[in-house]
Amino acid sequence: MPSWIRIHVYADLRLLACCPAVDIARFDMSDACTAILKADSHRSALRRNAVSYFLMNNSGLPFHDSPKSYVSGQSAIMSNFQADTVATIASTLENTGVVRSIGNTPLVRLHRLERHLGLPASIEIHLKIEWVNPGGSIKDRTALSIIQAAIAAGDLDRGQTLIDATSGNTGIAYAMLGAALEIPVTLVVPGSASEERKRTLAAYGAHVVYSDPYEGSDGAIRLVRDLVTDRDHNYFYADQYNNQANAVAHYTTTGPEIWDQTSGRLTHFVAALGTTGTLMGAGGFFRHRGTVELIGVQPAEAFHGIEGLKHLPTAIVPGIFDPSLPDRIEGVDTEEAFDAARALARIEGYFAGSSTGANLAAAARLGSELASKGQPACIVAVGCDGGSRYLSTGLWELN
Amino acid sequence: MADEAGITVLIPTPLRRFTDGDAKVTMAGASVGEVLDSLERAYPGIGERLRDDSGQIRRFVNVFVNGQNVRDRDGVDTSLSEGDEVGIIPAMAGGSRV
Repeated sequence: MPSWIRIHVYADLRLLACCPAVDIARFDMSDACTAILKADSHRSALRRNAVSYFLMNNSGLPFHDSPKSYVSGQSAIMSNFQADTVATIASTLENTGVVRSIGNTPLVRLHRLERHLGLPASIEIHLKIEWVNPGGSIKDRTALSIIQAAIAAGDLDRGQTLIDATSGNTGIAYAMLGAALEIPVTLVVPGSASEERKRTLAAYGAHVVYSDPYEGSDGAIRLVRDLVTDRDHNYFYADQYNNQANAVAHYTTTGPEIWDQTSGRLTHFVAALGTTGTLMGAGGFFRHRGTVELIGVQPAEAFHGIEGLKHLPTAIVPGIFDPSLPDRIEGVDTEEAFDAARALARIEGYFAGSSTGANLAAAARLGSELASKGQPACIVAVGCDGGSRYLSTGLWELN
Repeated sequence: MADEAGITVLIPTPLRRFTDGDAKVTMAGASVGEVLDSLERAYPGIGERLRDDSGQIRRFVNVFVNGQNVRDRDGVDTSLSEGDEVGIIPAMAGGSRV
């Protein structure tokens, strides 16, 4: 199946239809069309086509490869008005500075860390540096994709307030984009969020509601679900944990970038599990490109301090999580994640947060395991955010 | 300050599996360290989640006394009085439920 069909099916089935995760590789177009029609009858075909068109145009995938007959078929279904709306939205987003600076982040090989770990040259560990995004984390991609899809689908109209529960980084990304695109933003954040995060959200002008600090991010999810039932407010509930546009962000950007940056040599992809969007999206992309082992990283214990991560056996499991996709899920202790983040700063000079530390700890373990088996590997770990966001927390506490 | 002060301890969701689901328990102790000792005696296993081998509060754990972080006071030696409230919160985590 050519990639343009894949992204079209992916966008419709997984983003809009809210049906369970589908292995799109097994679909042909007629199956896909039937599934689209069955899955979401309350939305108009116009909207579905508008979104597909929009995502295809913005996915970075070779839209020009699509056969002319398909494009003309789509134009026949989509009205001129709808096409104009989509084109206007695309043009507004494309011309917004912060939007243009999201993504296309560096991938760096951690030579010094590899040597420090005693790994042979046949084991490569690379880090995807996501903190160079304008909002400082990988979540810029997620928030942008969610907002793009919502605007294109008509779910987020002018004057509506975007609301979501977030443990921090997604909130910062929504707040940043909300400021640049004039979208009012309300965020439900656990009261235990670090002072840096609270002040960053305030800097962008977002309205913040704090949830019970003893209930963690699941408490924030429960509170936002209560708030959106309030009919007096005109909310668009972005719902990053259940919104397929979250995974689509990584299917269309993070995954293809890493694939290009490793020239298709990637063998192992290591991503921490919070909303699980990175692993589901980029992992889904890699699954259709080659033999890549997908490793999810979660805290080893329910009680942990790795910001943004979920201990899946005891947490509210995100709706976008497909348990059949990861080849394995590694547990990492908070102290181990902190130590890895510290090692990264001292050995490589990269100042990252605790979830990056968790990914590196898992990547280091994996590297040693593969080295002992004599297997070569090209491992990519996700560097979710930078270290400065945690200066007031125990991560960088002076000894 | 009473030796056996009744101290309310607020338990975060991921640790409530130790306390039979209770969000709030009453412990005895004249300092934060003593209350954490009492907590471990009452609910074996909870203590090692909170403190490292040297008895210090783990880096990712925040303990509050009446809303103030004990790191800004005397750590585990912070003294307590009858009626004080001790809160335990992991330093901003992805959340959990019992």
